[in-house]
Amino acid sequence: MKRNSTRLWRLLAVLLALTLVAAACGNDDDGAAGGGDDDQADTGGDGDGADGDGDGADGDMDDGDMDDGDMAELTPVTLQLQWVPQSQFAGYFAARDLGFYEDVGLDVTIVDGGVDIVPATVLDSGGADFAISWVPRGLVPREEGLNITNIAQVFQRSGTLQVSFADAGINSVEDLAGKNVGNWGFGNEFELFAGLASVGLDPQSDVTLVQQDFNMTALINGDIDAAQAMIYNEYAQVLETENPETGELFQPEDLTIIDWNDVGTAMLQDAIWADADRLDDDPAYRETAVKFVEASLRGWAYCRDNFQECVDVVVDAGPPFGGPGHQAWMMNEINALIWPSPGGVGMMDQALWDQTVEVATSQGILAAAPDEGAFRTDIAAEAIANLEAAGIDVTGTDFTRLDVEVTPGGE
Amino acid sequence: MDDPLVREQLVRQQAATLDRRAAAGRGLRQVAVFSVFVVVLGFLYSGYKIFGQAIDDAQTDWPALGSVLPRTDDLNMPPILDILGEFTVTPGGTDQILGRQLFDEAMFTLREATVGFLAGIVVGLAIAIALARSRRLERGLFPYVIASQTIPLIAIAPLVIVWGRKNLDFVPWEWQDWMSVSIIATFLTFFPVAVNGLRGLQSPKPENLELMESYAAGWGQTLRRLRFPAAIPYLFTAAKIAATASVVGAIVGEISAGVGGGLGRRVFLEAQRYTTGPERLYAAVIASAVLGIFVFLVITAAEKFTLGRQGREALS
Repeated sequence: MKRNSTRLWRLLAVLLALTLVAAACGNDDDGAAGGGDDDQADTGGDGDGADGDGDGADGDMDDGDMDDGDMAELTPVTLQLQWVPQSQFAGYFAARDLGFYEDVGLDVTIVDGGVDIVPATVLDSGGADFAISWVPRGLVPREEGLNITNIAQVFQRSGTLQVSFADAGINSVEDLAGKNVGNWGFGNEFELFAGLASVGLDPQSDVTLVQQDFNMTALINGDIDAAQAMIYNEYAQVLETENPETGELFQPEDLTIIDWNDVGTAMLQDAIWADADRLDDDPAYRETAVKFVEASLRGWAYCRDNFQECVDVVVDAGPPFGGPGHQAWMMNEINALIWPSPGGVGMMDQALWDQTVEVATSQGILAAAPDEGAFRTDIAAEAIANLEAAGIDVTGTDFTRLDVEVTPGGE
Repeated sequence: MDDPLVREQLVRQQAATLDRRAAAGRGLRQVAVFSVFVVVLGFLYSGYKIFGQAIDDAQTDWPALGSVLPRTDDLNMPPILDILGEFTVTPGGTDQILGRQLFDEAMFTLREATVGFLAGIVVGLAIAIALARSRRLERGLFPYVIASQTIPLIAIAPLVIVWGRKNLDFVPWEWQDWMSVSIIATFLTFFPVAVNGLRGLQSPKPENLELMESYAAGWGQTLRRLRFPAAIPYLFTAAKIAATASVVGAIVGEISAGVGGGLGRRVFLEAQRYTTGPERLYAAVIASAVLGIFVFLVITAAEKFTLGRQGREALS
């Protein structure tokens, strides 16, 4: 019995110690917002460490400032990204870090995406107020019953390519016949399948489909003849890789690309989605939506005109994913997906919408064309009008791509 | 010296000293064996790499073998020295070496894992006690406890995150996504504790239970004085499984649910940029393995501290 009670005391001591460890870690975050945030910023700066977390703490800090400053209460807003922090989302990070959201009275928390996170689902279930999602990935859950709607079509072009080495001789969709064709799955394959179908190839029998990792290793290994790549991400990754034969980086002329925008099966990508029920029922939410879209689009206009500053914002906001060189490449390509926006940034291009729907229905991704509520332009129109009134260029008519130097490993 | 009590005490002290020395010796030996094993693994890796490259060079002679075995070029198997060296490299856009960054990521994951582990102990123990209390409950509930482990984590991870964000705002502190990851870790950790704990609570011999009965001890007293102490060694076995499982749960949760930090998130990111920096993914994976070994060792040390010499002997 005595031994038992000693054991018990020791066990209690162990548990207490472990609890203290956990509590000590936890206090870093939950304690004083300023201090906790600084800690997070330190770890966040070096790695992706505590990034989403840091965002949360940022929110805290803003609250604190606001109370001190006797300003009107900021409306808390959560934005769900489709993927990790990178230049693909630079406009939102810029709007957050440069105070555009605060200017319109919003306190925006930006939440990372993950492998299994479907932004539309998070949005519909109330885990976020707004979400960034590709259009097909919003429409499919919508058809399954989620009442969400596209309120601003930010990207006017698709960034998806099939990339091959030049010596494979794949210069057009027809050349894919009989080849090993990589794709990531998870709904990233729609444009490819529609593109194949457009030249009479059956994706299931006329090519060999290969499940591809979210990188380009399989292309370089030779397991894939034509690899799926985002022009702003994986395509750059190849250019950032040393060609073992020359000892230099791979050059654009070493590669051939198939661009779905040219083939005509491109589908609309990044858009801002909102909860349709709340838009109808809650005037305050609609007002917030206008403000959110306005400030976000202002962020995108800012990133068009202040390229390097936005790259820095992204590098500070997130992980060193691919490094600053990679993010600079991405920023440039993302700008090119948005600008020029002839109808105003965030405005839906009806022709591309129709093409997206056509591809989706012809591929059986959607059973039927979505109803009229799938997107609405009133919110974007109001936001654009506000921006124009503020003297901001919302079309970017004279936008040109910059020449971004490719760095080894994107560092 | 003639006093038998004093003599016994001396003998006991001597035994304790010897035991400590033996323990220290055992510890050293274990460290040595582990180190040798790591080095051997390194040599095997490098040896295979050299072997594979030789085959690549002579691919025409051995075409069949070359296509079956894993590739050995630097993209697929970066040289071991490059991997180790990567820990001291400062990645672009940051101001700290990778090793330090991975340490910070590991601390982030460790926090999720520790909270998940402790919650798992509490939940698991509660289930074990409930099941030990009532046979009917054991029959009815136990299948569900087992079934819970067949649910794939990636299916529940996003649900837990969203649910946490939306429904757990009543807690007195600000609910953050990493806490939801802790819940995912809990999901993995409560199971071994519940199963082993139940076995431990049922481990006292019938004569001991009858003795308690003869003292007219109630169920609670029997639990406190007999069943629970008897279950402690079982619980530590469970805790060792649960500790490593909590790290796995935290890492999987981070990957699948998009929490902005931790080793899992880092592994996921480095996997994406594998093509341009394979060493970094290897480094992140090594860091994850080290974290898993670390928590295991912590629990092992806690076990030794709690059970003492006799406990260990009783176990072995």
